[in-house]
Amino acid sequence: MEEQSGGGVAKRFLYVNRKAPYGTIYALESLEVVLIGAAFEQDVSLAFLGDGVYQLVKGQDTKGVEMKNFSPTFRALEDYDVTKLYVEREALQARGLTEADLVVPVEAVDAERMAEIMENQDVILSF
Amino acid sequence: MKLGILVNEGPYTHAASDSAYQFVKAALAKGHEIYRVFFYHDGVNNGTRLTVPPQDDRNIVKRWSELAAQHKLDLVLCIAAAQRRGLMDPSEAKRNGKDADNIAPGFRISGLGQLIEAGIQADRLVVFGG
Repeated sequence: MEEQSGGGVAKRFLYVNRKAPYGTIYALESLEVVLIGAAFEQDVSLAFLGDGVYQLVKGQDTKGVEMKNFSPTFRALEDYDVTKLYVEREALQARGLTEADLVVPVEAVDAERMAEIMENQDVILSF
Repeated sequence: MKLGILVNEGPYTHAASDSAYQFVKAALAKGHEIYRVFFYHDGVNNGTRLTVPPQDDRNIVKRWSELAAQHKLDLVLCIAAAQRRGLMDPSEAKRNGKDADNIAPGFRISGLGQLIEAGIQADRLVVFGG
């Protein structure tokens, strides 16, 4: 935890995204928590593990499944001061993806580094 | 210790609500404080008073209501998740022009800010399911 200038305490929040974007609602509802949580001025990071990396892939077209394509919302996170996005490098590689395939700039980290990032959090919300 | 609880799955399909209930009961018995139990995703279905499980099975919803009454627990259903899934309290039903409400005793409907606040205020936020 860090002392804020206003005397309050900011906690480190990490949102862990593990699921592909449209097979279940977890990814969309996770993003809703991130957007609401941004108003609380905490220290926020996002992590994408496993199939969660598919949430960030460019060129998503959801017309056929009649669901809302929410991938553009990740580009708006910067406006909410949410800029720390970590992607598991092994997860990208296993799926034939690189950082260039993603809609936002991310930091690709190996599983070991991801474990360290998690170790440094106060609150981990896993979806 | 002050604990926040997040339940991400509905009753019966998934054991998350059972595990959370047993955890909360055990934590209270050990003298810990439960700051809030927040229900998200299908977890909001833990708050419908219309559940009628078979008589020889546990009543998950009633069990939460009773524990809340006994220990003054704050059981919160996420409003956005609840609206998607047809969970209404009387004022939400009125606001949305619906002819019924189905919130179980001891639960209330509120925003996601209540989850973030639980993360900030509690010493630990424990997540069940998802």
